Amino acid sequence: MLQLQDIVYSVPDGKGRKTILDGVNLTFNDGERIVITGHNGSGKTTLAKIIMGIIQPDRGRIILNGEDITKLDVTARAKKGMAFAFQQPVRFKGLTVGDLLQVAHGRFALRSELCEYLSAVGLCAADYLDRELSGELSGGELKRIEIAMALLRDGAVTVFDEPEAGIDLWSFDNLIDAFDTLKDGKKITIIISHQERVMRSADQLVVMQSGQVQQVGTPAEVLKVIRPATPCAKLQRSQK
Amino acid sequence: MSLEFSALEQQMLAQIADLEGDPTGAYNVRINGESYARMSTDNVKITPKKGQAGIDVVVKPNVKGESVHIPVIITDSGRKELVYNDFYIGKGADVTIVAGCGIDNCGGEDAQHDGVHAFHLGKGSRVKYVEKHLGSGAGSGGRILNPVTKIEQDAGSNFELSTVQLGGVTRAVRTTTAKLGAGAKLHITERILTSDRQTAKTQFDVTLAGKGSAVEVVSRAVARNHSQQEFISHVRGTTQCYGRVECDGIMLDKAVIRSTPQISAENVDATLTHEATIGKIAGEQLIKLQTLGLTVEDAENMIIQGFLA
Ligand SMILES: Nc1ncnc2c1ncn2[C@@H]1O[C@H](COP(=O)(O)OP(=O)(O)OP(=O)(O)O)[C@@H](O)[C@H]1O
Ligand SMILES: [Mg+2]
Repeated sequence: MLQLQDIVYSVPDGKGRKTILDGVNLTFNDGERIVITGHNGSGKTTLAKIIMGIIQPDRGRIILNGEDITKLDVTARAKKGMAFAFQQPVRFKGLTVGDLLQVAHGRFALRSELCEYLSAVGLCAADYLDRELSGELSGGELKRIEIAMALLRDGAVTVFDEPEAGIDLWSFDNLIDAFDTLKDGKKITIIISHQERVMRSADQLVVMQSGQVQQVGTPAEVLKVIRPATPCAKLQRSQK
Repeated sequence: MSLEFSALEQQMLAQIADLEGDPTGAYNVRINGESYARMSTDNVKITPKKGQAGIDVVVKPNVKGESVHIPVIITDSGRKELVYNDFYIGKGADVTIVAGCGIDNCGGEDAQHDGVHAFHLGKGSRVKYVEKHLGSGAGSGGRILNPVTKIEQDAGSNFELSTVQLGGVTRAVRTTTAKLGAGAKLHITERILTSDRQTAKTQFDVTLAGKGSAVEVVSRAVARNHSQQEFISHVRGTTQCYGRVECDGIMLDKAVIRSTPQISAENVDATLTHEATIGKIAGEQLIKLQTLGLTVEDAENMIIQGFLA
């Protein structure tokens, strides 16, 4: 079980501070898939970074299976089985896809084993292992490799930040299958997404707004309520 | 014939010239100012110079797949040498030359090797030239290297130069000049690692004089502790030609890297670019590797090793 208790996060802003997360309380149960959605800038990525220990909250606690991990750094959390696929994949000059997959795997893995994970995200594996993880890969390729790394960690808690971004529809269907392979036993999968199909696949759907949790519930409950006035819809209405 | 080397010499030869056991092909092994072993082949003649230190290496025209090893080792503290090596590559020949210099200094005096290498590439010839530089030894004396490389390329020739400074070199100044004829191609990769209070300076001066000639320089530098590196390059194009210089540097601790690019296009059809990026290791790279379970220190090492590979 992963619990977020009263998480507050702010950044310096001119003279004062700007609050980005404002008292977030959430509980994720073992074996659950949680999908977090909400407008751009509502604080989803910030929340993911706090879960992973990339940034520290001003206030609040993060409890994993009863242990307070708020003060643990990124490495320590990774060792506890927490994995994160970044919204924007990182590029490395001189390191290959294979190098990073090997690290993600944690112990020595055969090329054929690494290849399986690339196939799971729809990349024709062997061609990619020796490619540099740099600008010569396309955005969608980088993104899929990022997801493969997180899948490889096979962690107790895995966070995917907008896995669908930049990925074509065909590959996206395969991705959903890949997420389903994580849905065994006690693992917690957190997917940040704007895709209705992903939202509908959640056990728990969380809607963020302006740094707060606006809605939590099953997709059926939540999607009934939200269908909200998007900024665009509001604009269109006011223009009428 | 089998060559006798001490354990230290063997280890150094393996590191600077990938030599394990006797070299195949032509070779000249220079140890502490003496030519310790030399071998010519039917296609590659190595002869000592008269009146000054160094060798002439002559590769016959149109021979393929030849190799030449010319490593230099210094283990005497206080030894300073200036060596001239000239390479004459016959037209259409294809050869790999492995140079490299290791200085192991256990004493308090400086040890220094200044090697001046001049290459004359005949029409349509291909040279792959690899040099590795390494300093070691517990002494307080400096381990100093000043390689000078002068390259003249005839039409259609191809020169691939790879220069690597593996560490332990107190002070180095690399000076490389090249003049390219029509359709000639020059590709230079440089990898330099400095630490402590070491300094390394690189100067490239390339003239693209022949129509359709091209140069590509890819330099990667890692400077740790209080070390300092400087990269100066000047590419000049006087005709339709292509030149690209890419200089990437990673600094850690209190290190300094300076880069001075200069490109002179003296013809409307000269296409010349220079990119330089210097900075510390990107925070997001460290975090990514941490999320994969590495400590910050292991993550740094992995990034640096990959970058210099
Ligand atoms: N270091 C920072 N300094 C200033 N503002 C920040 C910082 N980090 C995040 N923010 C702001 O906090 C808000 C939330 O950002 P966050 O990246 O968490 O949004 P998000 O919900 O992931 O959005 P998106 O859907 O676009 O990915 C945004 O307004 C963003 O500009
Ligand atoms: Mg985001």
